[in-house]
Amino acid sequence: MNERAEFVMPSLGADMESGTVAEWLVKPGDRIRRGDVVAVIDTDKAMIEVESFHTGTVESLLVGTGRRVPVGTALAVITGAPPAAEPVSPEAVSPEAVPASPEKRAARPRRLPSAPGAPHAPAPVASPLVRHLAEQRGVDIARLRGTGPQGRVTRADVEHAEPAPEARVSPLARGLAARLGVDLAGVHGTGRGGAIRAQDVREAAERGAGPPPPEAVEEAARPPAEPAGARAVPGADQERRREAMRQAIARAMARSKREIPHYYLSTTVDLTRALAWLRERNHDLPVSRRLLPAALLLKAAARAAAEVPRLNGFWVDDAFVPGEAVHLGVAISLRGGGLIAPALHDAARLELEDLMAALKDLVARARAGRLRGAEMTEATITVTNLGDQGVEAVHGVIYPPQVALVGFGKIVDRPWAVDGLLGVRPLVTCTLAADHRATDGYTGGRFLGILGRLLDRPETL
Amino acid sequence: MSAANTITYREAMREAIREALRRDDRVFLMGEDVGAYGGCFAVSLGLLEEFGPERVRDTPLSEAAFVGAGIGAALGGMRPIVEIMTVNFSLLALDQILNNAATLLHMSGGQLNVPLVIRMTTGAGRQLAAQHSHSLEGWYAHIPGLRILAPATVEDARGMLWPALEDPDPVLIFEHGSLYGVSGQPGPGQVDITSAALRRSGKDVTLIAYGGTTGKALAAADVLSAEGTEADVVDLRVLRPLDDATIMESVGRTHRAVIVDEGWRSGGLSAEIGIRIAEQAFYQLDAPIQRVCTAEVPIPYARHLEEAALPQVPSIVAAAREAVAS
Repeated sequence: MNERAEFVMPSLGADMESGTVAEWLVKPGDRIRRGDVVAVIDTDKAMIEVESFHTGTVESLLVGTGRRVPVGTALAVITGAPPAAEPVSPEAVSPEAVPASPEKRAARPRRLPSAPGAPHAPAPVASPLVRHLAEQRGVDIARLRGTGPQGRVTRADVEHAEPAPEARVSPLARGLAARLGVDLAGVHGTGRGGAIRAQDVREAAERGAGPPPPEAVEEAARPPAEPAGARAVPGADQERRREAMRQAIARAMARSKREIPHYYLSTTVDLTRALAWLRERNHDLPVSRRLLPAALLLKAAARAAAEVPRLNGFWVDDAFVPGEAVHLGVAISLRGGGLIAPALHDAARLELEDLMAALKDLVARARAGRLRGAEMTEATITVTNLGDQGVEAVHGVIYPPQVALVGFGKIVDRPWAVDGLLGVRPLVTCTLAADHRATDGYTGGRFLGILGRLLDRPETL
Repeated sequence: MSAANTITYREAMREAIREALRRDDRVFLMGEDVGAYGGCFAVSLGLLEEFGPERVRDTPLSEAAFVGAGIGAALGGMRPIVEIMTVNFSLLALDQILNNAATLLHMSGGQLNVPLVIRMTTGAGRQLAAQHSHSLEGWYAHIPGLRILAPATVEDARGMLWPALEDPDPVLIFEHGSLYGVSGQPGPGQVDITSAALRRSGKDVTLIAYGGTTGKALAAADVLSAEGTEADVVDLRVLRPLDDATIMESVGRTHRAVIVDEGWRSGGLSAEIGIRIAEQAFYQLDAPIQRVCTAEVPIPYARHLEEAALPQVPSIVAAAREAVAS
């Protein structure tokens, strides 16, 4: 068996048409697993670490570093990829990751021709949402027969599929694998029903079958002398990048305003209780782990989005596709200009302290240019917070194909009537820009209502 | 082991009572047929003759009455040892044990402690049928205010009574009926009544047992050893309060646990131990916890059915094999 698969230039945003391989993290002959970071791609916006969809051996690198190529171009050939182990090939998925405007999509080949001499193994087509759902449910898309247009695998196909039996791993083995850096996906379980036990992990570690954890790969791949924040392209490139990012934002925002009929809602929320609660909570936390009001606002927005699922998802092919979880896009302004909105995964279920930590991490990595591909494409709703700038209200532009954008302004002390008495209260203006194709004002109003109630009961967040 | 310095579990128990009667004037023994008949299981044989009817007292056939009298005597400053024929009959005195002995200290705001020792036989294996054979010590282990002991060895039978009498609160001692004829070393005559004991060391699996199943677990460990599987055998000794530290220390080394309990499985002591392991040593487990318990039926009279209902060496071995294989 010598299956071949191509690792292609992924589409990492609605606005991305081409990218540059900034760095290869693998070389020919390396064994890689699905999910390993294999390359750093310089999009117009940032340096993104891109994961492989395949497990196998890197046969050759087709594009050297520094060359700018269109989305969909084959960058490397991976061999020995067992067909069952790779549900979806990136070429099938990437064009769907963020649907480009129709004319763009027509211009771009939907699927690349296979590498010369390679057997043509048709990979099922599925949207990222369907793929995400399949992963969550442990369904192998490659085994499904799509019932959608052109054999596309639909949500229903995944929902009706039998999930793959879940890997059984003893608690001890799981902990041991984490300590030894063994990837459980590659461990053969010898217990009942194929359960992986501690002994199996130890043997795998001795064989060296387990690749080092992704962090280790990153560390090894990174030139040691280079400080973490210094990844930005030096010198003259800086200017080019800034210009390119401006162009990318221009394309995405123009598309948004051209295609999306926005409607805007706004409400003012009294944060007296929220801020008092936050002070109380921070009292017991070390300085490094203190919560900022932004964490409360983001958590409330994520929870409200979870309760109003019509606002959490994508408008694709004239229909709304709900997100499987609330992956909260957080608009982060970059040093030197520009904007990026990577996702905080499953933000509605994160504990506040974890959300705060994840936010810090995300901002630091966004500014250092170390975001992951999934973070760039999976946001289901975005939040923009311009309070730092002193702005009181922001009426945002939706990032396509999402259907809503939540805005928070500055927290300001203002006279405010409570129970018939006028007092000075800390207020914040919460806004919602939503896609009128997907929802109506009533739904948006409900969202802001829930958001306000959650912020008034911070202990429930 | 020379026969000269070994005695039976029954003799060890008798020796312990004799010692207590000699050491402390406040100690007396009472129960059904403990005097003239020498005890239903002959534990107190000869003690009436030695100590007289004031201190070795036959009682009427009413568990509620004589356990209640024991509680009253303890409150009055005595150190009674009350013998109940079997745990099944102790249910007639459950009101006295739970509502008075275990509770008075708390209800009196610490003013009234009950320094009472109750001994009783438990367990099956002797064809005494369902009304004399159950293992209900797990029920008593549920009750705050009691200390529950389960001597499994001759040394513990000899050594647990005195510290139990010194305990200012009620202590229940469960003597498995199948153990009375077992011989062993009595030891120095006193043991602790707080900890579990590691009866055998092995690295592959922990067998947790107590009382009548400890010997079966040790026999199972021998069988397993011949197969190359080395078992730790933990004898709980104290069923309340449980010695979590010893259990977790062992499971932390072997990563596998088999709990052997002659009680029923549902809602029993084995369930309590299992969940404690899950709570405290979850990340040490390399296999699902196994349990070997008595079949959920009233203990049958017919020998082959009774044997089939109880934990036995082969079923313990099978559970250990499963833990090691899964």
